[in-house]
Amino acid sequence: MIESQREAYRAEAYDLLAELETSLLALEEDPGDMELIGRVFRALHTIKGSGAMFGFDDIAAFTHDVETVFDLVRNEKQGVTKTLVDLTLRAGDWIRGMLDESDGGAMDSRGSEITSALRELIPKPDSPARQVAQTPLPAIDDEQVEKTYRIFLRPDREIFSRGANPVLLLYELRELGECSVIAHTEAIPAVEDIDPEQCHISWDVILTTRRGIDAIKDIFIFIEDECELTIEVIAEPGPEDDDAPPRRIGEILIERGLVSQEDLRVALGAQRRVGELLVDKGLVEPSRVESALAEQEHIRAVRSRHQKEEQTSSVRVPAERLDALVNLVGEMVTVQARLSQTVASMDHAGLLSISEEVERLTAELRENTMSIRMLPIGTTFSKFKRLVRDLSGELGKDVLLVTDGGETELDKTVIERLNDPLVHLIRNCIDHGLELPGVREAAGKPGQGTVHLAAMHSGAYVLIRVTDDGAGLDADAIRSKAVEKGLMAADTELSEKELFLLIFAPGFSTARQVTSVSGRGVGMDVVKRSIDALRGSIDVSSQKGMGTTITLKLPLTLAIIDGLLVEVGDGRYVLPLSIVEECVELTREDVAGAHGRHITHVRGEIVPYILLRQSFAITGNAPEVQQIVITESPGGKVGFVVDKVIGEHQTVIKNMGRVYRNVDVISGATILGDGTVALIMDVPKLVQGVEARESLAH
Amino acid sequence: MSKIIMAVDDSASMRQMVSFTLKQAGYQVVEAADGRDALSKLDGSGVHMMLTDLNMPNMDGIELIRQTRANPSCKFIPIVMLTTESQAERKQEGKAAGATGWIVKPFKPEQLLAVVRKVLG
Repeated sequence: MIESQREAYRAEAYDLLAELETSLLALEEDPGDMELIGRVFRALHTIKGSGAMFGFDDIAAFTHDVETVFDLVRNEKQGVTKTLVDLTLRAGDWIRGMLDESDGGAMDSRGSEITSALRELIPKPDSPARQVAQTPLPAIDDEQVEKTYRIFLRPDREIFSRGANPVLLLYELRELGECSVIAHTEAIPAVEDIDPEQCHISWDVILTTRRGIDAIKDIFIFIEDECELTIEVIAEPGPEDDDAPPRRIGEILIERGLVSQEDLRVALGAQRRVGELLVDKGLVEPSRVESALAEQEHIRAVRSRHQKEEQTSSVRVPAERLDALVNLVGEMVTVQARLSQTVASMDHAGLLSISEEVERLTAELRENTMSIRMLPIGTTFSKFKRLVRDLSGELGKDVLLVTDGGETELDKTVIERLNDPLVHLIRNCIDHGLELPGVREAAGKPGQGTVHLAAMHSGAYVLIRVTDDGAGLDADAIRSKAVEKGLMAADTELSEKELFLLIFAPGFSTARQVTSVSGRGVGMDVVKRSIDALRGSIDVSSQKGMGTTITLKLPLTLAIIDGLLVEVGDGRYVLPLSIVEECVELTREDVAGAHGRHITHVRGEIVPYILLRQSFAITGNAPEVQQIVITESPGGKVGFVVDKVIGEHQTVIKNMGRVYRNVDVISGATILGDGTVALIMDVPKLVQGVEARESLAH
Repeated sequence: MSKIIMAVDDSASMRQMVSFTLKQAGYQVVEAADGRDALSKLDGSGVHMMLTDLNMPNMDGIELIRQTRANPSCKFIPIVMLTTESQAERKQEGKAAGATGWIVKPFKPEQLLAVVRKVLG
């Protein structure tokens, strides 16, 4: 308890003691004054009540006895005598004494003397003084076995006038466990007769909880006298119970005393659903049958959960089936797009709502199907541990593999196709990157080399980084090797980054000796091609002597993406929605005001843009107001100027075929609702292309 | 918007403790020293709930509950009595006057909050 609050209590208690004294002395003069008796009682009462709350348990315990006597006086079961006033005054002094000692001293003989003298004043010896010390918080009996209860609650009509809200009680019940609530509304009168200040509803609640029946009763503690409440156990755990056939509706209704055995027998004679039949015959209210059905359902759900807990939580399915499913979903998405488009042109409200529903379901289906294919990349990572161990032994190097982000999820196909490239990269790191322990130590590095394998999400992509702390790439060696192999002209100026990327060129290998694991110059070439096939990209950074980092950027999924459909001239194009930030307008004045530079201002930020009409050599005039789709990429924001933004589009990616292999600004195509084809733009490539042209032009 | 709770108790330390606990939990608190004080502060205060002691000078808790319930704007608000008397008699009296529930003193701050959440939602 905070010290300032204890202080506040102490100050208040001194005041109360002073008041107690005055009142007692006045009471001695006029022993029948009920007002004075009340004042004495309240003073004692507050000293006791607050005392216990602020940690003055001894004072509370002591004052309790004094208070008990005055409670009798107040109820005129005990007269005010000189002895009583005397004792109470002494008790007051004693309390003051306990307050003075900072934490209240233990009760010594003088205190107990007063107490026992006071107790003698109590006519019939009460049970030994009640323990006033804090009542412990109700223990949470959470380790109880799980049971299912049927709770019936019919609050008093006048329940609201006591400020109680039955709905809150139902919320509390829900917190205890799995809960089915059925409201019985048949008692609600017709609207003209209804008194909105009364409660006409009753509830059946089927609750499965580990907390015992006391926890349930506690919820209703404030209204237990103002409601009809029954709590029964209907299911207890046990394997034999779970296997027992679920109870029939008729049995439940009989158990609840709602129908008789005889009624049921007659009803069962007819070949219809028992519940309906009993309702038809007016034997039972519809909501009662509904409630019984809910109980049946609840028990079934609890049991199936039990069974699920026992079984493993996954199902193995052949991969082809999944692939087939994804293909079908892809087709479905395409057909749905056609449906939406057709309906939109028909002006038919009923059909429109159906079409919207189909759209929603398709999107959900697509997402679900895609998530089925998602696997954490960690399984692949763990395979590499073995690889690293074997390789380091073979090459006489000491290597530690550290992995990160193993929980990152990727499309199953992507993961599978990633395996070989990653094996190559790791081999390369160990073989070429990391030095022998002796060399490392000479360079002031720990003898043990580290290969760090990390995966992380970045928008619609997953980045996989392979980092080593080895020798790093030697730009000069790469250059001379590339020239020697005829991969570049001797006088070409290349940036370091471009030089590094040459290691992925076909036929390039810088290793002086060919080892059993690498060095034939095929590995890196294959890596590049595999990553390209996955619509991914590779980035290399390296610092001599410090190590090399190779980053693979891969799309999350191969089959379907969310795209933004735009129009330029007669053609339609799709931009991956994941990189789209916003769309702004571009008017002729804006263009004129920029003095020929392709930049625009977006809330104070300068954003360069690319005119797609220009890039795609589309003839004809642009509309008065064009749209800029602003995209976010690692190099900053870039806008794409289009004629019109059509909207979001679930894009099923189709490959372009071999003929278009060299078109690198288009990553694929998709079929639109009207059967036409839209091209999917490869935004990073498009930006690179334009940058390259610009730098040539200047 | 945070809910407003009126705390009525003739003990200043008690009010301080209740008020401190409730404010920590994000409620607004209106304090009153006894029943009469509480009634005078009730109108237009928009309180969502009342916590009241039973034994107080001027007007005790039972009478306060009765009069609060008679006020149309407070007809349905939860009223919780703070009492050291766990005797059924006093509790029944309070309930008959229209109290929603009760807390037996002494109580811990978390017990107070549990009851407030229970009746206030």
